[in-house]
Amino acid sequence: MKRLPLPTLIGLFITGLFLFTAIFAPLIAPFGVSEVVGDVWEPASAEHWLGTDNIGRDLLSRMIWGGQTTIFVAIAATVVSFVTGSVLGLFAAVVGGWLDQLMSRFVDLIMAIPTLIFALVVLSVMPVTIPVLILVMGLLDSTRVFRLSRAVASDIAVMEYVESARLRGEGRAWVIFREILPNALSPLVAEAGMRFIFMVLFVSTLSFLGLGVQPPAADWGGIVKENKDGIVYGIPAALLPAVAIAALAISVNLVADWVLDRTSSLKGGRNA
Amino acid sequence: MNSLVLKLLVQRIALGLLLIFLVSIMIFLGTQILPGDVAQSILGQTATPESLANLREELGLNVPPLERYLNWLGGVMHGDLGTSLTNGRDIGASIADRLGNTLFLAMWAAIISVPLAITLGLVSVLYRGRWPDKLISAVTLSAISVPEFMMSYILMYYVAVQLGWAPSVAMLNDRMSLLDKLHAISLPVAVLVMVVLAHMMRMTRAALLNVMQSAYIETAELKGLRRASVIWRHAFPNSIAPIVNVVMLNMAYLVVGVVVVEVVFVYPGMGQYLVDHVAKRDVPVVQACGLIFAAVYIFLNMFADIVSILANPRLRHPK
Repeated sequence: MKRLPLPTLIGLFITGLFLFTAIFAPLIAPFGVSEVVGDVWEPASAEHWLGTDNIGRDLLSRMIWGGQTTIFVAIAATVVSFVTGSVLGLFAAVVGGWLDQLMSRFVDLIMAIPTLIFALVVLSVMPVTIPVLILVMGLLDSTRVFRLSRAVASDIAVMEYVESARLRGEGRAWVIFREILPNALSPLVAEAGMRFIFMVLFVSTLSFLGLGVQPPAADWGGIVKENKDGIVYGIPAALLPAVAIAALAISVNLVADWVLDRTSSLKGGRNA
Repeated sequence: MNSLVLKLLVQRIALGLLLIFLVSIMIFLGTQILPGDVAQSILGQTATPESLANLREELGLNVPPLERYLNWLGGVMHGDLGTSLTNGRDIGASIADRLGNTLFLAMWAAIISVPLAITLGLVSVLYRGRWPDKLISAVTLSAISVPEFMMSYILMYYVAVQLGWAPSVAMLNDRMSLLDKLHAISLPVAVLVMVVLAHMMRMTRAALLNVMQSAYIETAELKGLRRASVIWRHAFPNSIAPIVNVVMLNMAYLVVGVVVVEVVFVYPGMGQYLVDHVAKRDVPVVQACGLIFAAVYIFLNMFADIVSILANPRLRHPK
């Protein structure tokens, strides 16, 4: 294993820091998530490092708790998206025929509707809870994973070793999970980084519109919504989540770029 | 124009219309046959059985789904988008003005961003690997990493509040002159420009670089032409088709970006109308807005394909 390039190290470090803060939020956050501890929009002080929010809650604590919610929802939605998208995509590539056509055309149809618009349409009749959010975001996004994994798997499915596995009489599940999946994994892992960032932006946007994570739970999009009125009085509280999201997005991108570089130079080989 | 091009165009347009029809089914299914009862979720857990029954009647939930869909579709075909549940007004009338406002906003964003993106794309290919390219690349990468609404507030904080150069909310009324209107929408337009600019510039750069690898570019370089004229005279004309495609895809993206930006700047457009009524669970309005947004999106994508069919010389002269 070669030494990691500097941008990747920085990316890994910042991503790790965010994950660490999210996991240990209860130990790190100085105050509770909806604990009112001071006046409205207090400036930064020794006690409240980032000041307080629109109803006097500690902003640093809100940011930490909010990060936990945002990152958790984004990871869960990415997992839903990946499991659904890649299993169906690999299946479609291996089976082929009319079933593949049917699934591919259905995915084309879903992708003809802008994701945010479709999510809004669905959320207008569903109760807005975290499991529903995760499912809606994950399933809508799985269309992209489906396309990618189907494309990658179609290339692999015609390789000799897959053919020989078929001729040996292996079942469909073996071909998908033991022959194709390990070789399709690298591009999918790189894509996972991109999907995760997209999910962070997506859930933040929904929460900002008031249709995502519901108060009093905190999440980064919601913190912007709560504090946006301060902007006109020159209070920058609403800008903090923007910094957090940008830092997370850029650092995950740096790591994903490295994964992509590494895999494209390996040309699908393992243990190189 | 020959019969092959014509055939492809007719096919593409037919596909677009078919897509819009299928999308209308998807949007209808999405709001009507999901687990749970629409009336129940509109009224919440505390609803009385009587009010539930009334709302079901009003929404036509007692009629079978297929018939309900056909009624809705028939109405939409005649320009009747139904009435809003929350204020009982005709949806078509409420949408007309707002659609105009939204298109006004998107149009100005397009007018500014398209030439800018193409110029920046050309510049970054010209200085490929040197600092102007890296600078443009870094700036656009960070622009993609920040969601629209956050970019809006950053601009609002620094430009509108700290510097006082532009209003922080974008209100429009009929008595305003065009210049006043442009001043009012300057910040939302700036945000939309930044959002699509990043995508469009990166894709333009990629399209140009792709063409730059062709053999005729090498010939032009070996002839001793300057790099700028190689790009301008040889690479650019041949990448017009992919660039137009890129532009159209981004215009389609603009249609979605508008939703969030309108909410931030309290702009009286379609996006804000849609989001407001999603929160109020006003299903007929959500269906109508969703269908319009999806239709605009599909049309722009279709237009992108049509341009690339027309711009492909190989199709004009079939063997």
